Amino acid sequence: MEDFIHRDMKRVVITGMGIYSCIGQDLDTVRDSLMSGRSGIIADSAREKMGFRSLLTGMLPEPNLNPLLDRRKRVCMSQEAGYAYLATAWALEQAKIDNDYLARNEVGILYGNDSSALAVIEGVDLLREKKNTTLIGSGSVFQSMNSSVSMNLSVIFKLKGINLTIAGACASGSHAIGMGFMMIQSGLQECIICGGAQEVNPYAVGSFDGLSAFSQRNDAPTEASRPFDAGRDGLVPSGGAATLILESYESAVRRGATILAEVKSYGFSSNGDHISVPNVDGPKRSILMAINNSDVTIDQIKYINAHATSTPVGDFNEAMAISEVFGNHRPYVGSTKSMTGHEMWMAGASEVVYSIIMMQNSFIAPTINFNKPDEASARLNISNRCERVSFDTCLSNSFGFGGTNSTLIIKKI
Amino acid sequence: MIEPALIEKINTVLAEEFEVNPEIIKPDAILMDTLDLDSLDLVDMVVLIEHNFGFTVKAKDFVEIKTFGDFYQFINSRMDGAK
Repeated sequence: MEDFIHRDMKRVVITGMGIYSCIGQDLDTVRDSLMSGRSGIIADSAREKMGFRSLLTGMLPEPNLNPLLDRRKRVCMSQEAGYAYLATAWALEQAKIDNDYLARNEVGILYGNDSSALAVIEGVDLLREKKNTTLIGSGSVFQSMNSSVSMNLSVIFKLKGINLTIAGACASGSHAIGMGFMMIQSGLQECIICGGAQEVNPYAVGSFDGLSAFSQRNDAPTEASRPFDAGRDGLVPSGGAATLILESYESAVRRGATILAEVKSYGFSSNGDHISVPNVDGPKRSILMAINNSDVTIDQIKYINAHATSTPVGDFNEAMAISEVFGNHRPYVGSTKSMTGHEMWMAGASEVVYSIIMMQNSFIAPTINFNKPDEASARLNISNRCERVSFDTCLSNSFGFGGTNSTLIIKKI
Repeated sequence: MIEPALIEKINTVLAEEFEVNPEIIKPDAILMDTLDLDSLDLVDMVVLIEHNFGFTVKAKDFVEIKTFGDFYQFINSRMDGAK
C-alpha cells in the first residue's frame, strides 16, 4: 500500500463550502441546527392524495433566483440546479474565487446528481397535452438530464476544467468528492467544484415510496428518521445541495485561501450483490480501502458520519461493517440524517460539510431519536446528545442502490 | 389595421416573458436585438404565442420578422386567418 501513496501526489484541501439544506441555508444556521438537534422534516399532506404511503420529507424554501441570474440561465435550470447554484456561489465566495479567477484558470466541476424527475415529468405532461415537441419549451432538455447541475453551473460560472456529473445513487455526492480528490491528487486539475444535489418534490421519490422504503411515522415527522434506533421503520426523503471547493494545497497557499480541511483519502467498492439490499462486505471494503490508502491510522479517526438512513437492514449492516473494521477503537458514530432525512444524491457532499462544521466547532452532532440500540448498533459509540469534543479527523460513509459504496476521510488543518 | 389593444397585449407579454422594459419596445425596433433573443428563445416564442394567442407556429416562421412592427403584422394576420 505504501506504493499507492506516491511521493509526487498532491495534497488536496477544501477551501470553500456552501449548503442549501432543510436544516439551514447558510453555514451558521446549519451549525446551530446540528448543535441543537433540530429536525428539518415535515409531513406534506399533499402527498396523501397522490397515493403516497409516507408523507414525510425534508422541507426547504424554493430559492428566488430572479435577482441573481438572467432569464436564459434560469429557464435551463432544474430545481436541483437552483439549489446547487446557491450552494456553489457561497462556496466560491468563501474560497475567495471570483469571476476573474475562473476566467484565467482551469477550474472544473464534478457534481453528484442522479435524477431530474420533476423536469422530466413536466416535459412529458406537456408533450402529451400539446402533442407538439416545440411547445415543451426551450429549457426542458437542459432541466431533464442528470447532468443538469454540472451543465448549468459550468455555463453560469464559465468553467474551463473537467465538466461532469457523477451518478452513483445515494453515494453520488461522496463519489464526486472522491473523483475530484483523485484528479487533483494526480495533478490533472488544480481546482474542482465538487458537490451533490437532490431535487425535493413528490415525483422524485414516488416509486421509492412504493418500495416501502420510507418511514410511516406520518404523525411524528421529527421523530421519523431514527438511524440505528431499534424502532426505525424506514428513511425520510430530503434534499437540497452542498458544494465544496477542492484544490491542491499548493494552489490554496499560492492564492492565500483559508484551508478548512484536507481530503485524506477516498475508498470505494461495489457490493456485487442485490440491487437494493445492502450487505456488510461491500461497505467494509470501502472503509478499509479509505483507511489503507491514507496515512491516517484507525485510532486517529474520532468520528464517523455514517450513511445510516434509518432503514432496518442498511443501518444494521453498516453498524456491523464499522464494528468489524474499528473493533475496540469505538470512535463516535453518528448519522446527521436523523435531522436532515436522507439527502440522497446530495448526502455524500452535505455530510462532509456537516462533519467539517463539527470539527471547526468542536462538537459531534446528536443522532436524534436514537433511544434504543439494536444488536448491531449496540456495538457502536452513538450519542443522541450533542457531544462537546475536539477532534480533527473523521470518516464519512455513503452507500447507494446497486451496491455502490464511497468512503472519505477528512482532516481539519 | 392592427387594434391598439392587440399591440399593447403583444408588448406586455413580450416584456414579461423576456424580462425587458416595455418602453424599449417600438414598432421599428429590431425584435431579436431588443429582446436579446437567441435560437433557444425562438422556441419559447412559439410557446408564448400558443399560450397567449391560441395558435401554433413554427420557429422558422420568424425568419421574415425583423421589427416589432413585422411581429404585430404576423400575429394579426394569423389571428385574422383563424377567424
